[in-house]
Amino acid sequence: MTSPVLAVSDLRAYYRTSAFGVQREVRAVDDVSLAIQPGEIYGLAGESSSGKTTLIKTIANAIQPPLQVLAGSVLFDFAGQRFDIHALRPRELAAIRWKHLSYIMQGSMNVLNPVRRVRQTFVDFAFRHIGRPLPEFLDVVRQHLQRLHLEPQVLEAYPHQLSGGMRQRVTIALATVCRPQFIIADEPTTALDVVVQKGVLGMIHEVQRALGSSILFVTHDMAVHANLSDRLGIMYAGRIVEEGRTADVFRAPRHPYTTHLIGSLPHLGDAAPKQGLPGAPPNLADPPPGCRFHPRCPRASDLCRRDVPALETDASGHRVACFHPATESVAESIS
Amino acid sequence: MGRTLLDLLRFNRQFASGAALLLIVAAYACLSFFSPYAPNDTYVAPPDVPPDWTYLMGTTSRGQDLFWLLSFAIRNTLAFGLAVAVLSRLLALAIGLVAGYSGGLLDRALMSLNDTFIVIPLFPILVLFYFVMRDRMSWGLLALMMACLGWAYDARLIRSVAMSLRHREFTETGIFSGMSMRQILVEEHLPYVLPIVFSTTMNNINWSIGLEVTLSVLGFTDINTPTIGVLLYWANQHTALVSGIWWWIFFPVLLVVMTFIGLFLLAVSMNEYIDPRSRLGRRAP
Amino acid sequence: MSTALLEVDGVSRIYSRGSLLSRRQFAAVDRVSFGLDADRAEIFTVVGESGSGKTTLARMILGMVAPTAGAIRFKGRDVSHIRGRRARLDFMKEVQPVFQNPFEAFNPMKRVDRYLFATARRMAGLGETAAIADAADVALKSVGLSLAEVRGRFPHELSGGQLQRVAIARALISRPALLVADEPVSMIDASLRAAIVNLLRDLRDRLGVSIIYITHDLATAYYISDRLLIMRRGEAVETGEARAVLDRPQHPYSQLLKASVLPPDVPSEPGGRLRADPIIPQGASSHA
Repeated sequence: MTSPVLAVSDLRAYYRTSAFGVQREVRAVDDVSLAIQPGEIYGLAGESSSGKTTLIKTIANAIQPPLQVLAGSVLFDFAGQRFDIHALRPRELAAIRWKHLSYIMQGSMNVLNPVRRVRQTFVDFAFRHIGRPLPEFLDVVRQHLQRLHLEPQVLEAYPHQLSGGMRQRVTIALATVCRPQFIIADEPTTALDVVVQKGVLGMIHEVQRALGSSILFVTHDMAVHANLSDRLGIMYAGRIVEEGRTADVFRAPRHPYTTHLIGSLPHLGDAAPKQGLPGAPPNLADPPPGCRFHPRCPRASDLCRRDVPALETDASGHRVACFHPATESVAESIS
Repeated sequence: MGRTLLDLLRFNRQFASGAALLLIVAAYACLSFFSPYAPNDTYVAPPDVPPDWTYLMGTTSRGQDLFWLLSFAIRNTLAFGLAVAVLSRLLALAIGLVAGYSGGLLDRALMSLNDTFIVIPLFPILVLFYFVMRDRMSWGLLALMMACLGWAYDARLIRSVAMSLRHREFTETGIFSGMSMRQILVEEHLPYVLPIVFSTTMNNINWSIGLEVTLSVLGFTDINTPTIGVLLYWANQHTALVSGIWWWIFFPVLLVVMTFIGLFLLAVSMNEYIDPRSRLGRRAP
Repeated sequence: MSTALLEVDGVSRIYSRGSLLSRRQFAAVDRVSFGLDADRAEIFTVVGESGSGKTTLARMILGMVAPTAGAIRFKGRDVSHIRGRRARLDFMKEVQPVFQNPFEAFNPMKRVDRYLFATARRMAGLGETAAIADAADVALKSVGLSLAEVRGRFPHELSGGQLQRVAIARALISRPALLVADEPVSMIDASLRAAIVNLLRDLRDRLGVSIIYITHDLATAYYISDRLLIMRRGEAVETGEARAVLDRPQHPYSQLLKASVLPPDVPSEPGGRLRADPIIPQGASSHA
């Protein structure tokens, strides 16, 4: 097995605020470990306040004051060059960003400068990383756009002249023009209409296969994960509760939360009654002891209320943090 | 709101020092109630005595004990500033909230009125006002006049907040809960506007005191009610600086500067409270 | 013919955009018609993407926006002709909204129970404190909560799912005949979504409330609706019995919409459903 491009180990990141002398601590990411291999799409699923946004902020080293990294490390390995992202100086970080590590964000307008042509945004972001004279650089950009089935004319447009879907395609082109090894995609299709969403996802899939990059793809939408990701991690209340190959997770979920997430989705063409999960996600300023899912779990025991289940790996590499995981899947994944 | 102020007092040094300065000024103003002299008594003390232990701030050329006279002056000045601020705040709130909430024709009418008040030059109008009123001029009348001229900027600010509140879903929930417009404005929208109002109140007090001092120094107000400006007017009339009676100018100016700085600090720290980004910027200890 | 609860009759809403010199008009809603029966409670779903005019349609039904052309009649009365506070209150008693974002539906600085009490006092016309609390409790119980859980709480102390239930409970206090729910589950976490959708279905069956359910999500539309209307750029492109329309869409846009929904299961080949996708030309959603 090759060495992973991203290795997160025992990462702990809390929001610590002191408003008028009242200390508050929100445990948004608690002891998270994960590894992403070269060339794979790793899906990260979770509801609001599951800590998934904080996790990617920490991985991207976009840490703003109330957020603090308390423990753990985030190590990147870009074809032999190793970086501990939290130990980098700002200049070293700037050299890596966009060249090796890039982002696709939910709001394309956060990346595209509304008062400049798209071409200038490309120059701003990628010119110095590609290191060629300007005309050659623009040729590279045009070729890249063509590969992504985008007209080169979009370069001359202002962002507001493009539709939402087209803007998101342009941001994908922008994020991939330097052929980065790692791309963080944060809910890139959530704001798009379904018709457009499918096309944009197809584009992400295609460019990933063409470049061989790894993608950390974050969304709450399980249907997107099912169709795009190779492996899937499920976050609940600041922890990863289950992780495995996407097909395995969907076919035989082992954590009760995952089971619910998959089972409760209404299907088009299926009107069979679906059950909601009782309770609500916990408040991360005051999470329940033991397994954080136990107040809502149908299988909770005294053990779950007392101890924190560790994320155990089985023979097939499927990881689950549960004292009472669904068992029939063990047989299935071995057979 | 009360909780917030208490917290600000405890944890914000700017706010605390501003409040302390104002407290000193206010306490001094309160001393006027114990003054042995009436405010307009003249020749009750030997004239032109420099500060010493009998006359802490010296005496004026009109034979007034400056310590007690100044306590009346600052009391009147503060009361003036406060009256202008409260009156103009009420106007700004009423007009801003109603315009922002109603929108449409009413909004446009109120805002053109508002813009008129923003562009008309204040000073000539106030001087004109003095020449029309002459002997009937009193500080209450002047306060009313300035309140009518001082609401426009803040009404615009409040309107813009009210407009964004109008489109928030909880306003619709209020409407469909059968709340009246008054209830929505006072109970739902006012809490959002109050911190802004508090901060602009400080600025407005500063503005009105400054303008009052200017008008008074030039003699365009009722010069028989002692205010800081009126004090300076009389000092000028007696060419205090030329004759070396520096204390007649120094102490009023010192007091007014203390008031300005105190109010300014309150406004600044309040602004910080309103804009949470600057608060979060500070690292937790 | 049975009496009509709601008649939407050739309704349009025109907005003009642009500066003084180059005014352009566009129809947010363009000649849409449908009707609801008074004697049969149903969930009528309006499906559409962003910019399809579904929210404008909802706001017109709620009387918040007046139609430019056509008429909306509720129990025979033209909604845009309701004038005066008394008449507005009478109308709002019968037609209530549920909004998209439960965290926005209540003032974050205020306790949520005040909206319940205000509705009980002003819409249901109750006077005594005990009767008001009772009405709030009954409504909350019908959505699976109770006044004890909600009393004195601020919005941030409740989850999105709970808040949306409180919002629905508030709408139910005046015993309305029609709820207009604009994307009521799109901001709610997946684990809580099914419960809210089930609740809507339950309200129809148990309380006989008709619901106009506005959504972009075909899966939940299929799950709960009786009839459905698909909108695109202000126009109704297809309408009919919900399952029939979604099982066999006739209009090309409906077909495209259905084909674009990703099923939540893993395809045999990774990314298989994402391939062979037409690049959508500038201007977004196109004909298939």
